[in-house]
Amino acid sequence: MKATVFVRPKPGILDPQGEAVLGALRHLDFAVSDVRVGRVIDIELAAENAEDARAQVGRMCEQLLANPLIESFEIELDHA
Amino acid sequence: MIAVVVFPGSNDDRDAAGALAQLGAEATLVWHADEQLPDGVEAVVLPGGFSYGDYLRCGAIARFAPVMRAVRTFADDGGLVLGICNGFQVLCEAGLLPGALRPNDTLSFVCRDVVLTVERADTPFTSRCEPGQRLVIPVKHGEGCYIPPPDLPPAQVVLRYAAGENPNGSVGEIAGIVSAAGNVMGLMPHPEHAVDPLLGSRSTDGAYVLGSLVDSLRSHAENLRQLGTLANRSA
Repeated sequence: MKATVFVRPKPGILDPQGEAVLGALRHLDFAVSDVRVGRVIDIELAAENAEDARAQVGRMCEQLLANPLIESFEIELDHA
Repeated sequence: MIAVVVFPGSNDDRDAAGALAQLGAEATLVWHADEQLPDGVEAVVLPGGFSYGDYLRCGAIARFAPVMRAVRTFADDGGLVLGICNGFQVLCEAGLLPGALRPNDTLSFVCRDVVLTVERADTPFTSRCEPGQRLVIPVKHGEGCYIPPPDLPPAQVVLRYAAGENPNGSVGEIAGIVSAAGNVMGLMPHPEHAVDPLLGSRSTDGAYVLGSLVDSLRSHAENLRQLGTLANRSA
C-alpha cells in the first residue's frame, strides 16, 4: 500500500518560506495573494486494508511526521 | 557530575563540557545510543548542533534516541535538564518543554551576540542573575523562532530578547523557558560560547546561566549531606 502525507503549517503560524516564495512569484509578475510551503511524504507500508493503512499513517503523523502544535496533516491512500 | 549528550550532528557538546569544567563542574560526554545515564549524574545538558541532520524538523528524530528515554525519566524525577539551541528544539519535540521552534522569520541563519533580559532569577538556571538583568550571549541558528502554546503561563518565560534584539521572530520575544515544574530549561542563545573570553563573545555572561546550574548542583549536594547528617543523628 502506498500513502502520501501532506504536512502544512497551521493557519496563523508564520511561514517565512511561504512569504519568500510569495515575494518571488510577485517579482515574476504573478498575481499571487498567499503562499504556504509544506512538505509531502510518500510512504510504502504493509497494511491489511485501507482502514488499517490510514490508521497506521495517522499514528506516524501524530508521533513523528507532523508537530501538532504548528502543523496539520492530510493522508491520501493509493490503492493500486 | 553533569552529562552532556552527544547526538550524531551535535557540535557544541565539547564547548558545553569545557565551559562547565571551567566553572568548576565535572562534565562527561554521553553517547546518544546509551540507554542509561552514568551513575552519579546530577544534571543533563542537551547541546547545540544539527542532530540527525535536522531532518524532518529540528530535534524531531533526536527525541527518539535511546538516551532520551533515560533523560525523560531523569527529568520526570525532578533532575535538572538544560537544552541549548538544538537541545531546546529536542526538548520541545520530546514534549519535555511546551511549544515549538520554526525557521527564523528572516529565513537567514543568524550568528551574533544578542542582548537578553532575565525575567526570572529564581530558577536553578538563573540563580546568579537579578530579575531584569541584561545578559549578552551569542545566538547561532536558522530555526529559532519560538512558538509557545496558546496557554503558556508567563511564569515559565525565563529569558526574553531585549527590545530590538529579537533575531528570529520568536513570539513574545521569548528566548528561554522552563517547564511547569521548573527543572527543565531550554534556550536558543549559547551560554557555553560566552564563558571563556578567548572565544571572542562581547561578554562572559554565559557564566550567569551555566554557573547557576553548577551552583544548583552544589547546593543540592549540600542539602543531601545535611539530610544525611540529620538522619545519622536521629538513628
